[in-house]
This record gives sequence, structure tokens and C-alpha cells, in this order.
Amino acid sequence: MPLVRKNPWKTLQSRVMFAACAACTVLIIGVLGLVTVYLFSIGFGATSWEFFAADPTGNALDPGGMRNAVVGTLILIGLASLIGIPLGLLAGVYLSEYGTERLLPGPVRFVTDVLAGVPSIVVGILGYELLVVPLGNYSGWAGAGALAFIMVPIVARTSEEMFRLVPDSYRQASAALGATRSQTILRVVAPAAAGTVVTGIMLAIARIAGETAPLLFTALGSRFLTTNPSEPFPSLTVQVYTYATGPYPAQRELAWAGILVLISIIFVVNVSIRLVTLRVRRSPA
Amino acid sequence: MSALPARTIGAMEVRAPHPPVPTAPAQGPAGPSVLDAIRQGHAHTAAVHESLRSEQAVIEAREFSLWYGKRRALYAISMIVARGKVTALIGPSGCGKSTLLRSINRLNDLVEGVRIEGSIVLHGVPVYAPGVDVIGLRKRTGMVFQKPNPFPMSIRENVIYALRINGERRRAVLDEACENSLRAVALWDEVKDRLRHSALGMSGGQQQRLCIARAIVAEPEVLLLDEPCSALDPVATLRIEELIRELSQRYTILIVTHNMQQAARVSDYTAFMYLGRLVEYGSTADVYQNPRLRETEQYVTGRFG
Repeated sequence: MPLVRKNPWKTLQSRVMFAACAACTVLIIGVLGLVTVYLFSIGFGATSWEFFAADPTGNALDPGGMRNAVVGTLILIGLASLIGIPLGLLAGVYLSEYGTERLLPGPVRFVTDVLAGVPSIVVGILGYELLVVPLGNYSGWAGAGALAFIMVPIVARTSEEMFRLVPDSYRQASAALGATRSQTILRVVAPAAAGTVVTGIMLAIARIAGETAPLLFTALGSRFLTTNPSEPFPSLTVQVYTYATGPYPAQRELAWAGILVLISIIFVVNVSIRLVTLRVRRSPA
Repeated sequence: MSALPARTIGAMEVRAPHPPVPTAPAQGPAGPSVLDAIRQGHAHTAAVHESLRSEQAVIEAREFSLWYGKRRALYAISMIVARGKVTALIGPSGCGKSTLLRSINRLNDLVEGVRIEGSIVLHGVPVYAPGVDVIGLRKRTGMVFQKPNPFPMSIRENVIYALRINGERRRAVLDEACENSLRAVALWDEVKDRLRHSALGMSGGQQQRLCIARAIVAEPEVLLLDEPCSALDPVATLRIEELIRELSQRYTILIVTHNMQQAARVSDYTAFMYLGRLVEYGSTADVYQNPRLRETEQYVTGRFG
């Protein structure tokens, strides 16, 4: 058989494969586009100055805004991050850098994977039992704690993976120069992994920003603007859930605006963290 | 010679102790091969030349053995490294050259399941004694690796890394040390205008010289070079070899190399190793031109059997 002759069966195979891949890509992007367009077309019209300036009125026909929920969500994300990111990062460092010669890392890794797969409603109930009941009332602290609980395994596992990607030759060079393990981690490994670790952190933030179930049992929600995490605490997701499942058209419309704002917040946080880390990495060490 | 435990090499069960195999003179007729005997697990008494007796030892290994888990990598190595000289470790892959090198600064500690016997003494301090400050030990030795491995930082930060971890903060001190080290490796003129650029943008040869600068910035007592040219092109290799000759005026250097010509060019003493044993050790001129063992001659001339 001459080498240059085409095998029609192989050519067909190749074309079918290409068509399948292209079709799936178009399908996914199409659905994503549809959701975005739909969200914007309804949500954008419902978003007004009042949405950010006013709190809920309690009047179903003239529901006011969601200022309290925007502020509440930002605070909840911030508090949860303050608790969850350090815990997750340190666990990730342990698994990657210290966990090689000890007995603990195997079980820790297993438990972390299990925790990452726990349904968020379970986290909510856990938060109720472990935080709300002992503290005596629904509160922002309990909500932040439940969200942090979701963050830790995500941050731990992604940062472990990213630390592992740092070449071992860096660690050896550093050790040969007389660096202690912690010096090697802080000065060489962590800076080298920083860019990708941030991606994992942002995944975790995006994930908790959209959580509703854990907050229903912990932060509960509130109609009022508050910055005191000891009280029941408002959040966009719970408020959207309440409005969207209610019977009043004005509130449902406001729920659309709430979702749009929530997605925008996640997007802005994402981009700004990326910009900051880029700048830090570019400046001379 | 210490008694060797019974063990399996290949498919063959060998029992110890074995009588040492007498070493045949290099020019003698084909007798029992020393390398065959080693392959069969016999003990071998290294042929160490008298020229080493007059040298002052900076490093001394005494009956040093090392195991990676159950696999034995070094067999009772006894040798000195002469002060102010360049000593080359040669031998086929897997003969334990790099392992021996990494035993001196205890970099093998990073590997799981390493076990040792015997001792290595650096400037009178037994490096494997309990309670030895490993960090301090590593600060007294500089190491350069097979592949250039600059940190993903600026050129300047790479050079002064050892000082930074020692807590040095004075800018003038750091600047001066940086310049001196870079001059010592003949890199200063090439990079003085881009000290704050990433070291990863340099060529392979430049990176390796940077790694040498990084290794000498804290004035170590010995330099351990682990095949420093194996990832470099011939021109860059030549520059590193020139550099090794220059640095030998200030440092004791121990270099592992796969390249026999390189060992001949840069070293004062050469140690030939095979399967974890020291086979022959003497001045480079003797080992290359007048070896005691026929096997050494065959190896250094590339007729390895």
C-alpha cells in the first residue's frame, strides 16, 4: 500500500471526533452564555441605586433594597477567609512539606478529601450544633465558621498540590546552603507556589460566596443592616432564597438583582486578588 | 576488613566473609578481575597511593557505609580529601559517587530510609555524631548540583541567599558579598546591570556559575560539585573548568564527574569507585598514567570491561 494514500476510515474517525469535541464546546459555552444573558436581562433592570442604598422594608409590595445583604455577604466572606485560609494553607504546607516521613499525612489527606465532599447542608447542621447552640443564638460568627469549614479542605488540597509542583531541586539547593526547613518553605517554596495557590484560594472564596444552606442554620439572615457578627446576620444568598421562593413579584425581581450582584462581587474579588498577586510577584524579592 | 553479611546480588546468593582478593599489578597478565570480584560481592581493599600520605585531610571518611532502605550504596569507604586540592570522584553510574558527596553535607538526610555506618569527619568534627548541628554543617560546605538550579528570584537574591538566611540585613555587606561572589565566578561584568532581573532568564552556563557564586558567598570550607557540567555545552563546560582551577586556590574542592577527561583536566587527586567501593585512589597523574590496577587503567582509558 503506498504511504501517501489516505485511509478513509481513519479520516472519518478523525472528523467525527473533531465534530464531537466542537459540538460539546459550543453546547457548554452556549448554556453559559444563555444563563449570563438571561441573568443580565432580568437582573440588570431590577438593579437600581436603591438596591445598594436601602435595606429591606418588610413591605412585600415595595421591598426596598438589599444593602444589608451586600454588606453582610462581604463581611461573612472576609471573616470566613480569615479563619479558613490560614488553616487550609498551613494544612497544605504540612501535607506537602512535612508530611513525607510521618504517619499522620495519610489519614489527614483522606479526611480532607471526605470533608471536601460533605454536602453543604450537613455543614449547616454541624454549624448549628457546634456553634449556634453553644453560642446561644444565630450569629455572623456561626455563619463565618460554617463557611470556613467548607473552605479549609479546598484550600488545603489545592495548596498541597501547588506546593508539590515546586521542583525539589529548589529545596535541595536551599538545604545545602544551610537553610532550615521553615526558611526554605517561607523564602523559596511559598513564593514559587504563590501564584497557583491563589487560584485555589479564589476557588474556595467563589464556592462559599454562593453557599446558602450552611447559612440558613447558622447566620439565619436579617432584615437589618448590621456589622456585629454576634447577631443574626444577613447575606445575599439567604435573602435571594427567601425572596425567590416567596409569592411576591417585586421580591422575586429583587432576587434576580441579588444574584447578579453576587456574581459581580465574586468576579471583582477574583480579578483584584489576581492583580495584587501579579504585582507582588513582579516586584523584586 | 569487616565481615560482610550474607546477601543476594543479582540471582546469586553470596556468603561472607570472603578473603580480600589480591590486587594484580596493572601491567601484569590477565588474572582475576577486581571488578568481577566486586560484582560478586567480595570485599576489596582500595589501592590508595602513598602520595596521599603527605596531604592534610579536610574531610576523612572512615569505613563509611550507606544504605537506601535495604539497598546498600556505599561499602566501608575510607578516604581523605586533601586540603586546598581538587579531588575528583569517577566511576560508572550507580557507583555511589554522588551518594558519597551528599553524605558529606548530610543532604542524604532528606531521603527517606537512609542508614549509615562508620563516620565522616569534616575538619575534625564527626558529621554523623549525635547532636551535630546539621544546619551549621551545611553552612560550612557549598554544593553545586548536576542541573543548574537557581531559585526563581533575582540574580542578586540568589547570590546572597545564604547570607539572608543567616540574618544579614546590612545593605552594604550584602552588596559587597554579591559583587565579590559574582566576580569570583567571572559573572559580574555580564550581569552587573541586571542584578534585579530574574535568574531564570540566564543561559544554562551562566546559571551554573550563578549557583557556584551562591555556594561560595558565605565562604564555605569545602565545595562539593555534583557533575556540575553534565547539563552544559562544551564552551560553558570549559568556563566552569577554568573556574574550578581558579577556585581551587581558595577552596578545597570535591567534584563528581562522568567525564574522564574533565577529571584529568581539573583535579589533583582522583578516586575511582565501582559499585559502592573505592577501587583506587591517588594523584590524578598516577591514576591516569600509572595506575596500580589494570581495571582502573581500562576505565580511565575508556576500555571498560
